[in-house]
Amino acid sequence: MTQITSSSPPGTATAAICLRGATKRFTTLDGAGFTAIRDVDLDVAAGEFVSVVGPTGCGKSTTLSLVSGLEPPSAGTVTVHGAHVTSIPDGVGYMFQADAVLPWKNVLDNVALGLRYRGVSKAEAHARARDWLGRVGLTGFEDRYPHQLSGGMRKRVAMAQTLITEPDLLLLDEPFGALDVQTRELMQNELLELWSGTGAAVVFVTHDLTEAISLADRVVVMTAGPATVKDVVTIDLPRPRDVEEIRLTPEFVELYKRVWDSLREEVEITRARGASHVA
Amino acid sequence: MSLDVRAPVQSAPESAPARRSAVGFLLGRTSHASYVVNGVRVALVVVWLGSWELAARTVVDPFYYSMPSKIWDKLVIWFTDGTSQGSIWSNIAITLEEAVLGFLIGTLAGVVLGVVLGRSRFTAEVLAPFIKGANAIPRIVLASLFVIWFGLGMSSKVATAFVLVFFAVFFNAFQGAREVDKVLVDNARILGASRWDLMRTIILPSATSWILASMHVAFGFALIGAIVGEFTGADKGLGILINHSQGNFDAAGIYAGMLITTVLALVAEWLITLLEKRLTSWRPPAVSQAAAI
Ligand SMILES: Nc1ncnc2c1ncn2[C@@H]1O[C@H](COP(=O)(O)OP(=O)(O)OP(=O)(O)O)[C@@H](O)[C@H]1O
Ligand SMILES: [Mg+2]
Repeated sequence: MTQITSSSPPGTATAAICLRGATKRFTTLDGAGFTAIRDVDLDVAAGEFVSVVGPTGCGKSTTLSLVSGLEPPSAGTVTVHGAHVTSIPDGVGYMFQADAVLPWKNVLDNVALGLRYRGVSKAEAHARARDWLGRVGLTGFEDRYPHQLSGGMRKRVAMAQTLITEPDLLLLDEPFGALDVQTRELMQNELLELWSGTGAAVVFVTHDLTEAISLADRVVVMTAGPATVKDVVTIDLPRPRDVEEIRLTPEFVELYKRVWDSLREEVEITRARGASHVA
Repeated sequence: MSLDVRAPVQSAPESAPARRSAVGFLLGRTSHASYVVNGVRVALVVVWLGSWELAARTVVDPFYYSMPSKIWDKLVIWFTDGTSQGSIWSNIAITLEEAVLGFLIGTLAGVVLGVVLGRSRFTAEVLAPFIKGANAIPRIVLASLFVIWFGLGMSSKVATAFVLVFFAVFFNAFQGAREVDKVLVDNARILGASRWDLMRTIILPSATSWILASMHVAFGFALIGAIVGEFTGADKGLGILINHSQGNFDAAGIYAGMLITTVLALVAEWLITLLEKRLTSWRPPAVSQAAAI
């Protein structure tokens, strides 16, 4: 039932994202250099939803930063819609792991920001921002400043801020990590609904395997750092999905075991390293 | 390039009552004990002025130390009959104009250069030794040079005020532009910000608290610049009034000049605090008024 492919065949014209041998080394203060990811091969087709899981610090965020064009790879190639990534590609949306809403703008202006940068008039940008605030359940909070919101509300502002630009390449770095379980499930369903039919390619980084599996078409398991792709598990669960219901099916449990078996080793390696650091 | 930096007071999350009382304390607005506080203040001033007056009338020589009643008389004469340099208002206006011009131009130049250098590592590295060198020049001495360059008119005083203000604001704007959270910049770039958009919506707002922190001292510097400039040579202004009083061994005149200058500085400080409140209204209320002291 579950199919395992080590990596999809080399990028076809339809691949929205294609990484080949992507490697990232950071220069460190002592000059030694630190390899964050090595030889990552990954293809994401347009309209495909890919979850990425891996032990903490293995290089998931780094992988996203290469795709977004914010960081150049040290070796290997990164292409988006067939073109080499040299700067930020058009149509990319990136929700960062860290809080990135502007503390000096109110919620409405924060959400409207991307449209304003793209030259949309203030009135129209605000109207569309209001619409998006409704979708993420923040109607009535337009005039609040970020420090007046809860952590989960700020994440939803960031989500609306990213989605309002209607990206066809959506990079989400643990977007729901700070949410409570109920809101998280709500947002997961919401995300699936918003995404379905847009044809956007999604790369979704998470530590939550249930979330990874219930949302994705494929789950990419990364090794302990420096990360490379260890395993790709195809999630052949039917869509449209309801995240709360799908996780109760036997197929889901099967997939969960499959992913966790793969990930567990890497998590243990990472833990052992951490322990040896402490020792 | 981090000398002379006045850190902005960060909006550390605090319990609301602690915050309110701290702000209230600094602004003299504590609700419950405000009469007591003000009463004690008035009492202090009365005791201070009274003992000064008394001492000057009995033990110390008022020729050197003056006394409150003489200073008051001097102020009354200045404001009614005028000064040796014409009406007091025209003297205040001149000094104020010099200080305000120096302050505005200095702040503008400091912010622009500070933010630009703060965002361009290469230029900053190239210019660092020159800026450090320029900053090390005893700036008050420049006042003499400016009199030679720009003459005895207003521009030499504006120039002196300018150099004092510029460096104060520059180093803070520079530091502020450097401290901008990288994730905010990245986020804005992903959302499609142009270089100018970045400057306008991310770098400047983010550096604002640093810049404002320096503006509090900067206006004081501008006044010092204007008055020192007038000392060096001028025909009108508070500096020249103080200078003439010194020449005439008129201690009361020096005190009166000092008093007027202090009032100007306090008014400016109040205006800058208003501006700061406006520009940082997005922030959680915090003890940012501490920077005003
Ligand atoms: N700018 C940088 N300079 C040096 N090292 C870096 C830099 N950015 C990341 N790293 C290192 O690269 C490794 C991977 O970081 P990354 O943020 O990609 O991890 P991650 O998989 O997203 O972790 P988490 O799940 O905890 O978010 C880490 O060990 C980190 O210390
Ligand atoms: Mg990460």
